[in-house]
Amino acid sequence: MPDYPNDYELVTLAGTEREDSHTLQAYLDRGGYSAAKKVLSEGLTRDDVISEIKKAGLRGRGGAGFPTGLKWSFMPPADGNQPKYLACNADEAEPGTFKDRDIMRHNPHQLVEGMIIGGYAIDATVGYVYIRGEFWEPYARVQAAIEAAYEAGYLGPNLFGSGVDFDLHTHRGGGAYIAGEETAMLESIEGKKAMPRFKPPFPANYGIFGRPTTVNNVETLASVPPIINNGGDWFLGVGTPESGGTKIYSVSGHVERPGNYEVPLGTPFSELLELAGGVRNGNGLKAVIPGGPSVPMVPGEVIMDANMDYESLAQAGTMLGAGSVIIMDEHTCIVRAVERIAKFFHHESCGQCTPCREGSGWLHRVVHRIEHGQGRMEDLDTLLEVGSRIEGRTICAFGDAEVAPVQSSIQHFRDEFDYHINHKRCMVGAGARASMAQAG
Amino acid sequence: MQSPENQIIPRQLPESVTAKIDEARRNYPAEENRAPLIWALHAAQDEFGWLDESTLEGIAAYLELEPIKVYEAATFYDMFNRSPVGTYNVKVCTNISCWLCDSDSVVEHLRAKLGIDFGETTENGRFSMTEVECLGACGGAPVIWIGKTYYEDITPERVDEILDELE
Repeated sequence: MPDYPNDYELVTLAGTEREDSHTLQAYLDRGGYSAAKKVLSEGLTRDDVISEIKKAGLRGRGGAGFPTGLKWSFMPPADGNQPKYLACNADEAEPGTFKDRDIMRHNPHQLVEGMIIGGYAIDATVGYVYIRGEFWEPYARVQAAIEAAYEAGYLGPNLFGSGVDFDLHTHRGGGAYIAGEETAMLESIEGKKAMPRFKPPFPANYGIFGRPTTVNNVETLASVPPIINNGGDWFLGVGTPESGGTKIYSVSGHVERPGNYEVPLGTPFSELLELAGGVRNGNGLKAVIPGGPSVPMVPGEVIMDANMDYESLAQAGTMLGAGSVIIMDEHTCIVRAVERIAKFFHHESCGQCTPCREGSGWLHRVVHRIEHGQGRMEDLDTLLEVGSRIEGRTICAFGDAEVAPVQSSIQHFRDEFDYHINHKRCMVGAGARASMAQAG
Repeated sequence: MQSPENQIIPRQLPESVTAKIDEARRNYPAEENRAPLIWALHAAQDEFGWLDESTLEGIAAYLELEPIKVYEAATFYDMFNRSPVGTYNVKVCTNISCWLCDSDSVVEHLRAKLGIDFGETTENGRFSMTEVECLGACGGAPVIWIGKTYYEDITPERVDEILDELE
């Protein structure tokens, strides 16, 4: 738990100051499961729940920012035809993202309750929490929470005497970034390689085992119980008119106090940076990736004027993504940073679409040679050309994601690429030593 | 043509593994026998340390799956070892946030201390080193991961302490 100097209202990390916040008792002590009870025993209809979520302006917290209420409304109407599924995306693997880990470790019951309500809203009787395989502790906490909820009668048949059933299970992944893509996740739950599916059909019509399915992020689902308890208007009032509520920003890299900060959507970037203790050692801010490497990086002076919401970051030429704020100070070698990111995307491409599979290798190899003093002036055009041939030509958004860091860094920091090519070394002191040593 | 002596004999899975598979299987519709596959791979690797072909064929036989389906999953997902690794596989994140927080010094220290590089195992079979992508704990960068435990805010000194505790 970070120390908040201001009076921020925590929503998805509420109650986590308590040492045993992950236990059922701690959750009940702060009104846990009252929202599920309200929904199921006071006769709220599915449409009532969906309208409240729509009113709240809740947008998907996994990266795409799609309106949650609208997504839920895509599910076929309750027709007695089961099973339908609610899958929680806990595959948190976008570099720089570590918020869902903390919700699962410290507030797992709020996720479970959110899934009970979400399951009812979309008429799903079975839920899966897809947790990345590396996350052992979060898995153990969620599994224990599910077992405690079953014992207390919050999961299983006839919840709160309503006649509504909901079963919830964990599903551990095996280590693959692409499994966080929602249709790849469906494949992975079926025990297959996590390769994204072509859409349509959309998951709401053809999801897990071919049955109607909705996939929501951990933070999204954990936002649901407080919205039911306090009303959609309250949640919307916390954020901006277009995007309701709080958002957890995972701040990492060159800051004094890296960590998760849950603040209202629309909080100025400068305020978030201050919460995280500012740039380390009082250094200057060179660049920021505000939503994980899948979104464009922006120069420090640009983002200092932006607010942390979807609209303001779009104006700044980037995206909110999963709220994974990666801070790079003035001593960072941008070329080396982009090389590492390009290596990541090359490694994680599932290989299904040729432009992505081959293109990710091209991007990595060309940035690698520039970084290692073997670049040629035409390489920058090659990178942009290759990028333009990947974008929009793949089944899933991974293709666009792998292009974003390369394109944006050339756009904003072309001088660093030029310097690497012309001088066969880095213009930044610290970065130069390490990378040139490797180049031999 | 495959000669009989080249045939892979499916390993008989011990009860410790099959019990975990059976437990996972109950979470999916009865006819979906492929769904518990990742659980099965985890359970077998926890038992044997890595997944040889005999084990994969054993899983295929147990779940009544065509072996190719098991090979597909075992080779697609990064967590599954397809060759032997040391007792302790030290996995080091070098992705962007860890790199910004000097994971280079952690890697260099491990290389010097263990005398191995990524993908290698010490002669006594105790340690392996693996470079991994983002572990989702960047607030504690740099991060290393051994067994089921994440170790955060790693420095060369912390590496020494952690490895000493293992020994």
